[in-house]
Amino acid sequence: MSSVLNKDYDVIIIGGGITGAGTARDCALRGLRVLLVEKSDFTNGATGRNHGLLHSGARYAVTDPESASECIKENMILRRIARHCVEESDGLFITLPEDDIHYQATFVEACGKAGIKASVISPEEARRIEPSVNPDLVGAVRVPDASIDPFHLTTANILDARRHGADILTYHEVTGLTVRNGRIEGVQLRDNHTGEDSEAHCRLVINAAGIWGHGIVGMAGIKLNMFPAKGTLLVFGHRVNNMVINRCRKPADADILVPDDTVCVVGTTSDRVPYETIDDLKVTQEEVDLLIKEGEKLAPSLATTRILRAYAGVRPLVAADNDPSGRSISRGIICLDHEKRDGLAGLITITGGKMMTYRLMAEQATDLACRKLGVDAKCRTAVLPLPGTEGKSGDRPRHVYSTAHNAAEGRQGNRVQEVSETSEEDRSLVCECEEVSVGEVKYAIEELHVHDLLNLRRRTRVGMGTCQGELCACRAAGVMCRTGMEADKALADLRSFINERWKGMRPVAWGSTLDEAQLTAVIYQGLLGLAAGKG
Amino acid sequence: MPEGIQLKNISGNNLEQCLKCSICTAYCPVSAVEPAYPGPKHSGPDLERYRLKDNRFFDEALKMCLNCKRCEVACPSGVRIADIIQASRIKYSTHGPILRDRMLANTDFVGTMANRVAPIVNTTLGLKPVKAVLHGVMGIDKHRSFPAYSSQKFETWFKRNAAPKQDGYRKHVSYFHGCYVNYNFPQLGKDLVKIMNAAGYGVHLLEKEKCCGVALIANGLSKQARRQGEVNINSIRKSAEKGRVVLTTSSTCTFTMRDEYAHLLGIKTDDIRESLTLATRFLYRLIERGEIKLAFRKDFRMRAAYHSACHMEKMGWVVYSTELLKMIPGLELVMLDSQCCGIAGTYGFKKENYERSQQIGSGLFTQIKEVNPDCVTTDCETCKWQIEMSTGYEVKNPVSILAEALDVEETIRLNGV
Repeated sequence: MSSVLNKDYDVIIIGGGITGAGTARDCALRGLRVLLVEKSDFTNGATGRNHGLLHSGARYAVTDPESASECIKENMILRRIARHCVEESDGLFITLPEDDIHYQATFVEACGKAGIKASVISPEEARRIEPSVNPDLVGAVRVPDASIDPFHLTTANILDARRHGADILTYHEVTGLTVRNGRIEGVQLRDNHTGEDSEAHCRLVINAAGIWGHGIVGMAGIKLNMFPAKGTLLVFGHRVNNMVINRCRKPADADILVPDDTVCVVGTTSDRVPYETIDDLKVTQEEVDLLIKEGEKLAPSLATTRILRAYAGVRPLVAADNDPSGRSISRGIICLDHEKRDGLAGLITITGGKMMTYRLMAEQATDLACRKLGVDAKCRTAVLPLPGTEGKSGDRPRHVYSTAHNAAEGRQGNRVQEVSETSEEDRSLVCECEEVSVGEVKYAIEELHVHDLLNLRRRTRVGMGTCQGELCACRAAGVMCRTGMEADKALADLRSFINERWKGMRPVAWGSTLDEAQLTAVIYQGLLGLAAGKG
Repeated sequence: MPEGIQLKNISGNNLEQCLKCSICTAYCPVSAVEPAYPGPKHSGPDLERYRLKDNRFFDEALKMCLNCKRCEVACPSGVRIADIIQASRIKYSTHGPILRDRMLANTDFVGTMANRVAPIVNTTLGLKPVKAVLHGVMGIDKHRSFPAYSSQKFETWFKRNAAPKQDGYRKHVSYFHGCYVNYNFPQLGKDLVKIMNAAGYGVHLLEKEKCCGVALIANGLSKQARRQGEVNINSIRKSAEKGRVVLTTSSTCTFTMRDEYAHLLGIKTDDIRESLTLATRFLYRLIERGEIKLAFRKDFRMRAAYHSACHMEKMGWVVYSTELLKMIPGLELVMLDSQCCGIAGTYGFKKENYERSQQIGSGLFTQIKEVNPDCVTTDCETCKWQIEMSTGYEVKNPVSILAEALDVEETIRLNGV
């Protein structure tokens, strides 16, 4: 650790969301010496709490043409560089009897202007290609929407950054910015596992902390008008749809249904929340009811589909610069040069934007950083494939692979070749719902910055399936022990993991979800003797 | 909160009622002997979520499922696990049926051809060189013997000897005899006619009867199964409209038509489901309601061991057959532990399944030998073949035992026929 902190970095990036990870990759690819610090785990903020939608941009075509054309460009780039994280499902924008059908023409025209291929299809055709769609629809437009896995996308960016020399520290929280003579020279850090304090030096800090970026610049006395907007989503037990389904109208609540891996996700709500609440978001009953009610209009079968859990994230929305009223909130990319804006050299904030425009955000922030550091290097992130997508699939043609292998390939891409399948133990399953093998868990522990079960879940989907950890959590904890975690720590980790799963199930705890939670409680408390603990 | 939203949002998707308790896997006869089989929970509700995403997640290991439905009997949440597995085989399997599968599945066609030249077929199929060819070329295991074909079909016998008298009875039932009775073992059908007539019921054939299709479904020929199923259900409906309940003497045919038609083939059966029942259940209920009486021979003595066929367990009907048998004063009935015999229709005939099939049944075979009864009794004909081949004990349908023990004169008198 001290070796990391004794180094002199060109850039320290704060935040292990997709923006930070993408920026770390871009900086590293341009030859900068990079340290990325994250106070918790990767994807802990808005990155891990959204739809997992690879927007075509159609949603913004009418209201925000600039965002729309950014989206379609990035959409096409991510299909190439992050193929293993993308499922090319396409999307529908449906008009229901209660919607204005005239909006469709405006919508299609705006898509055309933004460069988004949008073709009007008949309601019959829409029902044929997506049988789950609301059969009452009166119009449909097909667009190149897709789904993208933000967890694996972040992991791939981190891996590539690391491969190009970046140092990565998770669970390291910035507690202060070191400012000398009007210039940032480093950051003070606290190790959130051990509580140890340390300091790291650099020529430039890039604040990619999302909504928490507000607090980061605050440490240097700079004010950023951030407006936390909570968005709540519901995860359903299985896919009812294989295409993204949107409403063809101005963006509103709960009007997108995305098929993500083995589940589908409906969202979102949008509510301004106080900054103080962002670390402990609670999903309300009203939000859940609204999501079900509106979700049913997209695909009626959602009404009778089990809801696995509810979750909420906070969009890092920023008021256009120096507008204290916050009226002119932008959903576009904000890249702030604090030297120009606030007279503090060595600090850049990159925020706003969307999960799927992270690469463009990273490019803008890195361009600015390079200019400031006097480095002349071109951005290559739009053409270089990410680890997992790069290279060729190592699978032998016509060979039959296990479902766990195929599922792991869906998560890790071509890196599945690094997952051991040699021993019977490695081939056996930790997570049966999501097909995660012991081999894949070991791979994640060794290669993907896994310290606990929560980290493991985000790298592999352990515990994200129907049983929400009922069968897999204790097995995963067992593998963690085998690879060096102390038993006491693993037990405490197991307890907090089960409680974290329950937190998401609680707002939707009825029917089979409640039954499942009760069975889980009986297994862990009654059978295995895990104490309830706090939470 | 919108009214009743929680009450309404109870999963209508059967696979999601699975709580992952894994009791089904503990009860699965295949999982018990075959480590390569993912087990019912995993093959069914778990993997179905992946198959919904991409059909390349279909696993040919699902062919190891016997469709015995013991997983469904064990499930505390009412998940139709085996249906999920069978439906996904119908939907996703890319390996079509081979010639062997078509031959095993087309019991009607093969049976009709074989009846005409029964003695030749029976002898030929028993010859070692023929078995070797069937094993090597066709993939039908050499240890298996085909059930002998009868030289006269049940239908032919019935039309010549029984049909003319049937209209003379006051009450009437129809009889779905099935392929086994028709082509291999007409005696079982004759036994049923004897009992029903003695109890005052006329027995009639259905307007049209096709093989129930259980073997077609199991061998990936669901389209043909659906066609045959429609014919059967239409005939059953016509019978029901005349007020004639349709009786059967095969648990598997009954189960297939009552449940699999609707669940796997999408045939509408809810209006006639209650008009189709196993003969033992029909008789037991009549006796219980005091509508008929059966009298048994004083000199009848037998010690029989009852084997609960998987589909009898699934229907919950074991009790009807056993309670009926217990009414025979001279019969000592021993209940065998309820476990799968391993044959599962055509499954055990296939070379690739033979060894697994015998391993699954081994517990049952051992118990039968320990009990050492005069004969074994069960409601399923394929269990009969498996037990006879694997233990050497004779296996009889409960209806045949009833017929054997029946005091016909006294029964006729008691029922005022």
